[in-house]
Amino acid sequence: MSELTPDLVRHLASLARIQVTDAEVDRLTEQLAVIVDAVATINKAVEGDVPATSHPIPMANVFREDVVEPSLTQTEALSGAADSDQGRFRVAAILDEE
Amino acid sequence: MAKAELMNYEKALEQFEVVIGLEVHVELNTNTKMFCGCRNDFGDEPNTNVCPICIGLPGSLPAVNKRAVESSIAIGLALGCSIAPTGRFARKNYFYPDLAKNFQTSQYDEPIAFEGSLDVEVPSGKVFTVGIERAHMEEDAGKLTHIGGNTGRIHGAEYSLVDYNRAGVPLVEIVTKPVLGAGAEAPELAAAYVRSIREIVKALGVSDARMERGNVRCDANVSLRPHGQEKLGTRTETKNVNSLRSIERAVRYEIQRQAHILANGGTITQETRHWHEDKGATSAGRPKSDADDYRYFPEPDLVPVQPSHELIESIRATLPENPADRRKRLQAEWAFADLEFRDVVNAGLLDQIEETVAAGAKPQAARKWWTGEIARLANTEDKEIEALSVSAADVAELAQLVESGKINDRIGREVLAAVLAGEGTPSAIVAAKGLEVVSDDGALLAAIDEALAAQPDVIEAIREGRMQAAGAVIGAVMKAMKGQADAARVRELLVQRASE
Repeated sequence: MSELTPDLVRHLASLARIQVTDAEVDRLTEQLAVIVDAVATINKAVEGDVPATSHPIPMANVFREDVVEPSLTQTEALSGAADSDQGRFRVAAILDEE
Repeated sequence: MAKAELMNYEKALEQFEVVIGLEVHVELNTNTKMFCGCRNDFGDEPNTNVCPICIGLPGSLPAVNKRAVESSIAIGLALGCSIAPTGRFARKNYFYPDLAKNFQTSQYDEPIAFEGSLDVEVPSGKVFTVGIERAHMEEDAGKLTHIGGNTGRIHGAEYSLVDYNRAGVPLVEIVTKPVLGAGAEAPELAAAYVRSIREIVKALGVSDARMERGNVRCDANVSLRPHGQEKLGTRTETKNVNSLRSIERAVRYEIQRQAHILANGGTITQETRHWHEDKGATSAGRPKSDADDYRYFPEPDLVPVQPSHELIESIRATLPENPADRRKRLQAEWAFADLEFRDVVNAGLLDQIEETVAAGAKPQAARKWWTGEIARLANTEDKEIEALSVSAADVAELAQLVESGKINDRIGREVLAAVLAGEGTPSAIVAAKGLEVVSDDGALLAAIDEALAAQPDVIEAIREGRMQAAGAVIGAVMKAMKGQADAARVRELLVQRASE
């Protein structure tokens, strides 16, 4: 069984900036536990020397030439931001005062 | 921030062996970013060199910049590394708004270059071989500005503003193996190593290599262990050491700080520390463990990089002369004495002098200006020489003005100060301020006669061969000319007058 607790779910939700109700926490705790267990099962299946697959098709060396392409305008870039100021994305304080 | 207690440096070295490790980030000077076609440019309007890829919008797909890969291979080869026949990118997951994707595209278990070494000369002339563990490709993060609080620092900030112009700019991170055996010279070795890396990437033409602009950045790991102990001590990683002088100071500070703790029975916390240039001290950042969980996994959106033998060899064929050979060649070309040359190297002024000589100055004149007055002014202003706004062309012009006798050394220094203040080129400043020395013998003779009239005994003294008496008259003439005269010429004219 996974070690998923309601507190951990609340922590994840706060990291992901999603507001959750107590009822949702209970439901998500249950559902996430199932997912984590499923991944654990896969982990067991590939224990040993199975190399990680990064790409299903054996390809290499797909490059882009070093040529400038148009960027977004500042307005476009910021259009999806929750908040912005002085042409920049505005984000909540990163660390609390220590 | 409470200042930590420090052990006397010599005492610390008597008790402990110093082990350092350096991580240097080199920003490549490609036209575009690592994984998208946005311009790689410093100082544009915020968030104007961004696109769905570098601000991590859903559905966008990265593509690797070919030139960035070639530049990375060139750096690896210049550091004597093997180039991986196959390498891939990995996601380094972390939650911090300097990258919008919540991960940094980096390399993890398959770096492009590994197992190299670099010979580094420290100021005493000793040469240390620094082992290179790896050099890998990754992307830079955006720039955060912390607003609110009273210091502009991260602690106490109310919110932060993010500019993603730098997010996705190609970086090569070069990681050394633990460096042992430098002893008291560990701080100098750390700085000399970073200087060598700068020289190399500049010579390769793959980076602008300007530390004050963050093109080359260094994190310095320091640990101590009692002499004779096999196991490495707990290390700290000091970040934000972005000048050669800071690197030296920060490493020295950490040695003294850790030694005090260990000698008093304490333990070192494995953590990142921040260097504060103003306080000359480091402060604790976040705790860090070797097992920091970044949940690295292979980047599914990028395929492996497999440089062909032909590509690697064609890049190897274009590598410039290595820094050690270049130093030998330049010393011979300039005919500098060993000590003169070592001063130049230690001051990191090879490039400047080479460019100044190329711009027409005599090597000795170029050396004197850079290691003399310019270094002095940098020191007074507490800046790196590179950060001063004086170009090699300016210095060459200045040297030529002095050489041709248009101005004297003293005026030269005044002109230099004006160049640094942004008043224009040396010639323009001399013209604008009317600083050219008075070469009109008539005017000089008139001033000499006036001075002699005020000090009538002098002429007799000179006639009797007591030349020291001439000083007072020369001084008076220089004063009358507001310093804008060639003292040697005044002396000649004075002697001529006396013999009439």
